Amino acid sequence: MWKTLKTGFYQTFILNNNYMYFVQGIGITLLTTVLALLIGLALGIIVALVRSAHDQQQAKHRNPVLGFFNVLANIYLTVIRGTPAMVQLLIMWFVIWASARSTTQNMVMCAVMTFGINSGAYVAEIIRSGIMSIDAGQMEAGRSLGLSYATTMKCVIIPQAFKNVLPALGNELITLLKETSIVTVIGLKDLTKGAMIIQGKTYQAIVPFLAIAAIYLAMVMILTTVLGRLERRMRKNDQR
Amino acid sequence: MRLFEAKSRKYMIEVNIMKKAVAMMMTAAMGMAVLAGCGSSSSAAPASSAASEAASTVSEAPASSTVSEAGSAVSEASAASEASAAETTGEYKLATDGVLTMGTNATFPPYEYYEGDKIVGIDAEISQAIAEKLGLTLEIVDMDFNSLVSAVQSGKIDISAAGMTVTEDRLQNVDFTDSYSTGVQVVIVPEDSEIASVDDLAGKLIGVQDATTGHIYCSDDFGEENVIAYNSGAMAVQALKDGKVDCVVIDQEPAKNFVAVNEGLKILDTEYVTEDYAIAVAKENTALKDAINAAMAELKEDGTIQGILDKYISAE
Repeated sequence: MWKTLKTGFYQTFILNNNYMYFVQGIGITLLTTVLALLIGLALGIIVALVRSAHDQQQAKHRNPVLGFFNVLANIYLTVIRGTPAMVQLLIMWFVIWASARSTTQNMVMCAVMTFGINSGAYVAEIIRSGIMSIDAGQMEAGRSLGLSYATTMKCVIIPQAFKNVLPALGNELITLLKETSIVTVIGLKDLTKGAMIIQGKTYQAIVPFLAIAAIYLAMVMILTTVLGRLERRMRKNDQR
Repeated sequence: MRLFEAKSRKYMIEVNIMKKAVAMMMTAAMGMAVLAGCGSSSSAAPASSAASEAASTVSEAPASSTVSEAGSAVSEASAASEASAAETTGEYKLATDGVLTMGTNATFPPYEYYEGDKIVGIDAEISQAIAEKLGLTLEIVDMDFNSLVSAVQSGKIDISAAGMTVTEDRLQNVDFTDSYSTGVQVVIVPEDSEIASVDDLAGKLIGVQDATTGHIYCSDDFGEENVIAYNSGAMAVQALKDGKVDCVVIDQEPAKNFVAVNEGLKILDTEYVTEDYAIAVAKENTALKDAINAAMAELKEDGTIQGILDKYISAE
């Protein structure tokens, strides 16, 4: 048993500088996650604003332009949340962007776009729930003080909503980080692919997979700590 | 409510995978439990001595499963009793009694591929012939190529016959039987490609099937950053057709099939690497390896294996 583990450890990390697969893999995984998060946040905020603005209208005074964008947003949410992320990735790479060459840059771009669009759908609903959780009286107060709708949103509603949804957003970020492991299907060498390559070379399964599990866990724990700090900072002026 | 629906759907995927994994583990554990029963009832040794032997061999038993505590206990006990049965009767151990369970990756024509819902091909037929020689029934399990050896090591399957090449690194973790066929790694390129020989591959993007020897050799020869590994050869060929990669390095026989069904592709005349295919067996299961080698020698002798090879590989 010990001997097996020792060989496993040697073959996984030391032989032929195999540890470099992990180092480079972490880089790709983090890069993909961070860029996808930015796209997801941007998309999510836009969609959430459209959806909540539409939903907060009075029944008899509905804006048709807003209604149109609301339908678009609804289609986006339905399609993206209704299909598996791996299928979306395969479609993006082999159908939509079939002409792309398999350079690392292209593959990262494809992964970032897919996960950004995917994540945006979930972020949109999280942020919308945050906006809807703010009492309607806040908007009324802002408007009656002479602030425009946009200013009330920007300076009153969103900051409070953001604080409310931070835990859910953190959750989404963690899911995103782990979900990037499916980029292996398009051949991108992320952390999971690194372990798979080592397994294919050496036929060692135990050590490489336990190793990447530990690395993912460590990354998530660091994220959780950072998010926890941020949450505490934002709650400093709360009277809870 | 929407929010919860959204999240739960996303988690359902994870939960489903987990459920599947748990189900598989349960099946494995139960299979082993059943086995343990069979083993002790079929072995002539009295229960008490079998138990003591089991106890004595527990420490050496391969801790293949990292399942639940109960699961690993069951599997260890069964592995131990199996090992003792093997010692007393001089026989090999199998994942299921009377059944030779063969793992393969059925995306590799003509060595293994689906015809209807049945897996056929050179490896399937040779394994069938070996199983018949040994008086066993053959059961074929389809899985990812790079999971095969782990499955052999953990005893989920007895043998892996998937056009596997013997390499030094692999020999450290698994045993191979005698070779039954020679494989050649070739290069597929589009017909109008500027690649004329293997020497031109430097600096080009090379598509391969994940964890195959083509993958390993190309990574060593042309640099990791130029090699893109796909889950199946078919996906690599699709990438080649889309122009995502400049060429695909894969075994000759599947390559012929891919070129036959996809227009505008050709195989380079110069071969990349020549290698030996063999069946992988778990390291501690030498009795099974010896039995297969003996059966294979007989099958080579009477021309069965050559017949199977000729049936699938047409000499051009």
